[in-house]
Amino acid sequence: MSARAGWPLYEVFVRGKRGLNHVHVGSLHAPDDEMAVHAARDVYTRRNEGVSIWVVRADAITASSPDEKDPMFAPSGDKVYRHPTFYEIPADVPHI
Amino acid sequence: MSATALDSPDVDVDPGLQEQFDATIAAERRIEPRDWMPEGYRRTLVRQIAQHAHSEIIGMQPEGDWLLRAPSLRRKAVLLAKVQDEAGHGMYLYSAAETLGADRADLTDRLIDGRQKYSSIFNYPTLTFADVGVIGWLVDGAAICNQVPLCRSSYGPYARAMVRVCKEESFHQRQGYELLLTMMRGTPEQRAMVQDAVDRWWWPSLMMFGPPDTDSPNSAQSMAWGIKRHSNDELRQRFVDMTVPQAAFLGVTLPDPDLALDPSTGRYRFGAIDWEELKRVISGAGPCNAERIARRRAARDDNAWVTEAAIAYARKHEARS
Amino acid sequence: MHEETVYDALDTTHGGGGQWAFGTGFDDPLAGVELTVPDGVDPADLGAYCLMLGDDALVLAQRLTEWITAAPELEEEVAFGNTALDLLGQARLLLTRAGSVGVLGRSRSTATDSIPDEDALACFRDPDEFRCTGLVAAGNGDFAQTMVRLLAASTVRLAVFARLRASRDPVLAAVAAKGVHELAYHRDHAARWVLRLGDGTPESHRRAQAGVDAVWPHLADLFTATDVEARLAAAGVAVDPAGVGDEVHDVLTTVLTRATLRVPGRPADVVPRGRTGGHGPELSALLTTLQGLARRHPAATW
Repeated sequence: MSARAGWPLYEVFVRGKRGLNHVHVGSLHAPDDEMAVHAARDVYTRRNEGVSIWVVRADAITASSPDEKDPMFAPSGDKVYRHPTFYEIPADVPHI
Repeated sequence: MSATALDSPDVDVDPGLQEQFDATIAAERRIEPRDWMPEGYRRTLVRQIAQHAHSEIIGMQPEGDWLLRAPSLRRKAVLLAKVQDEAGHGMYLYSAAETLGADRADLTDRLIDGRQKYSSIFNYPTLTFADVGVIGWLVDGAAICNQVPLCRSSYGPYARAMVRVCKEESFHQRQGYELLLTMMRGTPEQRAMVQDAVDRWWWPSLMMFGPPDTDSPNSAQSMAWGIKRHSNDELRQRFVDMTVPQAAFLGVTLPDPDLALDPSTGRYRFGAIDWEELKRVISGAGPCNAERIARRRAARDDNAWVTEAAIAYARKHEARS
Repeated sequence: MHEETVYDALDTTHGGGGQWAFGTGFDDPLAGVELTVPDGVDPADLGAYCLMLGDDALVLAQRLTEWITAAPELEEEVAFGNTALDLLGQARLLLTRAGSVGVLGRSRSTATDSIPDEDALACFRDPDEFRCTGLVAAGNGDFAQTMVRLLAASTVRLAVFARLRASRDPVLAAVAAKGVHELAYHRDHAARWVLRLGDGTPESHRRAQAGVDAVWPHLADLFTATDVEARLAAAGVAVDPAGVGDEVHDVLTTVLTRATLRVPGRPADVVPRGRTGGHGPELSALLTTLQGLARRHPAATW
């Protein structure tokens, strides 16, 4: 690690346009929440990609760890009925 | 880091984890940050991504030298947007490295101390404004050849960063080529500037693809891991084939008397590359190595008080709230 | 690919080169705007006023660009780039407007016809023909002084542009309407930094205070109208700078006080210097860099 005290890491989420979820786009370093929003605007929406930004300190995120992956995600792995392609729909039904 | 350290097998690893990792790679699926991965894979990635990030950041300087002197306001705006993109790309890449447990400030220290490398191309000076165009055309063109396959890198955060970088870089090459077209339609001095810049940047651009495959120690492992998708020589050949017709359209001569179309393969043969020069430039003897690093060091050291002040402010206001 | 949705806006097929022409926005702010000079307005006055506002933006953009590759953190490199691009976009519109109403100074004595008006004005005018204020022409100093100056300059410009949206000149009104959003962001960004530096460490406080003390004297000649501004203000085209002085000082006092910085006394208003072509050596040095290449090739297009 560097001897210098750096700014903490923030994860950045951007809503690309109305109607979409916020999507994780990357991270940045900022001294605090306010500056993180500013930096996210400057770095991740340079080409007008976003209508809304969330930032959260990376150390505030709780994640499922890899060891837990199977028990946590396996139960839904067989519930194919949650997925739209499970349902066979005739091709000539419009707008589905 | 030595090649043997990379190649040594991880000790005391649950064979199930290694199998799962190998299966993921074999199935062309992505490795994600919290997955188990071999230590050599992690270290190779950190080294490669950091080197890539450093190249973006150092790469701001050769063109940045012309930001204040751009001969038209449109060119100034385009160049500013481009150099700014490079800062952004460096950030995306450092972000990807940080998902592997690296720390950006530490990586920056390694760059400044000379413990990590960056692309040697940025150690050449930009002597005229035509260099801005040629960097866009040749250097960014070569970078795109290298980078597009990395959008399919086996490491998810790196691949996603590269998707974004490649999309944004499409304008970099176009602005460079457009500038050169404009200059070639301009005054005799402008045309001479373009040819001179092409003469100086052509060979260094070919060196950007790295040493020949016969002399590239870590390539095989990186290919097996899906960190690298094509060999150095393969990408270099692709770049030459793409660029020769563009040079003809532009009306410039590429400085290689051996450059010729091989009718049997439809590809261009080109002359021998001076690898000794590449070694000199990589090892720090390039025209601008010291200057490039000095500027990064100054940015870090002269402004450390700013970084510290913002942290102090955040602590005070956290304590008050 | 799910993440692709975020990048839809990057599709290069819609953009072309035009999207880089004006700041960081993609829309031509003058699309559909009436370009004729309003009745009863002297085009020479209108052009001169466009130069005042355009030169301020051009020169400040150049100063901010000096920070590129030298900024404290990569996040600030990008922020400097955005602010400079916004100002450069404003400068280009205003210089183009000045040229279109025939105000080109002596630039055309050297710049050939192939050079657009905005570049003739930016690169082929002598320092005494520039109409920027000393506030933007002064050197950057350190990061603290740079941010104090950006705070002051964007506060003044935002106050002017907010009123200029009602200008009888449709071009100025359109430039102002776009600019207020940009300037509000610049002011906000600078203010946040001044707060953090003023109320950060003893060293940053000392530097921020020194920055304030260095910038403050440049506020003296901002709030007295030149003859051009007075005539145009009376015609409903320009903003009388005398009318924004109180607002500017209120904003600056609020920010500095919160930043635990001492607010210097308000300098007494003096007659405009920069607005009438009176500049120091710092502007000449800046222009030597900005103009050198273009001037060596007066018949070239880029």
